[in-house]
Amino acid sequence: MKVVVLVKEVPDMGKVRFDTEKGVVDRSSADAQINPFDLNALQAAVDLKNLYNGEVTVITMGPLRAERTLRDAYARGADNCVLLSDKHFSGADTFATSRTIAAYISKLYDYDVIICGEKSIDGDTAQVGGEVADILNIPHAYYVEKINSISDKEIVVTINSLCGSKQLRKMKLPALISVTKNINRNELPTVKRKLKSLKIQVEKFGLSNLIDYISEEDTGFKGSPTKVIKVVVPKEKIKECKVYKDDFRGFFSDVLGALKDKKVL
Amino acid sequence: MKTHSGVLVIAEQCFGDIHRVSYELLGKGREISQKLGSPLYSLILGGEGLNVEELNYCGADKVFYMKNKCFEKPEEFLFKENIVRFIEEQKPEVVLIGATSFGRSCAPRIAASLKTGLTADCTDLYVDEEGNLIQIRPAFSNNILAHIKTITIPQIATIRYKEFNEGKRDTNRGINITVLDAYVSLNDKSEIIEIFKDSDFDITEAKVVVSVGRGIKKKEDLEMFKELVELLGGHLGASRAIVDAGFIGSAHQVGYSGSRVKPKVYIACGISGAPQHIAGMKEAELIIAINSDSSAPIFNYADIGYVGDLYEIIPKMIQALKNNK
Ligand SMILES: Cc1cc2nc3c(=O)[nH]c(=O)nc-3n(C[C@H](O)[C@H](O)[C@H](O)COP(=O)(O)OP(=O)(O)OC[C@H]3O[C@@H](n4cnc5c(N)ncnc54)[C@H](O)[C@@H]3O)c2cc1C
Ligand SMILES: Nc1ncnc2c1ncn2[C@@H]1O[C@H](COP(=O)(O)O)[C@@H](O)[C@H]1O
Repeated sequence: MKVVVLVKEVPDMGKVRFDTEKGVVDRSSADAQINPFDLNALQAAVDLKNLYNGEVTVITMGPLRAERTLRDAYARGADNCVLLSDKHFSGADTFATSRTIAAYISKLYDYDVIICGEKSIDGDTAQVGGEVADILNIPHAYYVEKINSISDKEIVVTINSLCGSKQLRKMKLPALISVTKNINRNELPTVKRKLKSLKIQVEKFGLSNLIDYISEEDTGFKGSPTKVIKVVVPKEKIKECKVYKDDFRGFFSDVLGALKDKKVL
Repeated sequence: MKTHSGVLVIAEQCFGDIHRVSYELLGKGREISQKLGSPLYSLILGGEGLNVEELNYCGADKVFYMKNKCFEKPEEFLFKENIVRFIEEQKPEVVLIGATSFGRSCAPRIAASLKTGLTADCTDLYVDEEGNLIQIRPAFSNNILAHIKTITIPQIATIRYKEFNEGKRDTNRGINITVLDAYVSLNDKSEIIEIFKDSDFDITEAKVVVSVGRGIKKKEDLEMFKELVELLGGHLGASRAIVDAGFIGSAHQVGYSGSRVKPKVYIACGISGAPQHIAGMKEAELIIAINSDSSAPIFNYADIGYVGDLYEIIPKMIQALKNNK
């Protein structure tokens, strides 16, 4: 069973600074980490590997420093760690990112399942998975909360919510799934693997390695059909909250008035 | 001469009912099409018997009804394949899709097939002086708003539900419906084995949401909140902390990785107000917060607050509401 996991490196949202005046995100203000939703994707892959004697390949497209994220992925159970990094890849939107990742997967050729996270907490689009699936011309399912079964030909998954219903879906392999955070609980890396992760070889691929699968003008900023023309950092609106303490009657009469006002009662 | 013209709204139907986001897309689509000086089309894919005239009444100049049994169940590949073929023939300049779970799962495939840009989960759209569609969307976990332009055609965006007003319904508007058959009706790579009900409620449709956080100590304590919810005719919500603790199902979770709700009244009980929770409820019309810690951030977003122990306050509220009946 050959499982590919797409993992993105993102800034720690609790720490990253946003400049309201200039409308920019200061990425240097926070450490980078694995996209939290991708931890569930990685765990799902490692669980499959343990059940079916498989091999997990993690792919990250990002700057060279993202090597650290791949070592973290190794510590959590990945076998092969691949970094797609090149100056031409920078400034990529979801389409250019998906094309680059799909180019590498086409080169890889032999794979059964691709797993990605529900969304990235910075890009926030949940588009990369579907776009990769379409470029590779393979079926996909989003919001997967359970992998019911898998054989060498097909996978059966439970989709959490489509049109207000759950769905049990069977797909021919290779297929791509995007998993929800409820699919599993992340296990912590062992000390042994953590130590080993410092010594492993992270494979790096640039444009020149993928040139049979993608051309320069389809990558990075040049290959991106969407352009961010402006970023606005909204100022936090702090409400005038009427706070009560030790005065239940006052509180309740206010609440009752509001409920009636909103025609809830 | 423009090679592409017209604004196309992909209307969504769920098991035979047209999703309300479709009418909202028509409302906004009308505005955009007027700015661009081009017509507003709507495409809907479904089985027999859809009320497609409603799409005309709510603003579409022309409705295309692609009718085939294969569209009775939501399966992305077939929808995408047919929508892409339709777009290639019809050549709209703008395509709007609802950012529902199904819309967000189909749209990336549609955009990738057409080799065009896609902007996810937009909260607003406008046309600039040069006639470009500018798409506004939150990113960085809702911390910023990005203004995005697409340099390829068609410009495709998914639009959040309940962000815009529905198109004004006018039954005098002319009916113009073209029925089409599917280009493709089989997908041998994917099979829906079973469809079953998710949960018997939809928290995003609730008028009142009472949400519970780590302020409660054990699962059994949810009972008093259920009673409160019943009295108010609402739904029970939860922070991620108590969903993760296994106290309640994930369909109840409000926030960045749960549902985004816009009720008339939101009551947050024992919830601190972490940014990821706020992202899912700050647009409620009225927010009431109950928390024992007067410095909890939730009070910065609330209209009415009570600093106190919820184990004391909630039973009092239940009693007072009963007395009020
Ligand atoms: C990628 C990501 C996505 C996330 N998505 C979501 C999401 O969708 N939804 C979400 O909710 N969170 C989400 N979170 C988690 C979020 O950051 C917080 O951890 C979570 O919201 C905290 O839940 P809480 O307020 O219930 O718990 P706490 O932060 O622990 O707050 C509990 C509150 O209860 C109060 N309290 C305690 N006892 C009492 C009492 N007896 N009476 C009254 N008040 C009392 C305390 O003063 C405190 O303010 C996400 C986090 C990440 C990283
Ligand atoms: N640069 C990237 N490298 C690897 N995987 C990515 C990258 N960007 C997005 N992904 C994957 O696609 C998913 C959706 O991301 P997004 O479309 O940015 O919300 C993520 O959870 C990852 O699994």
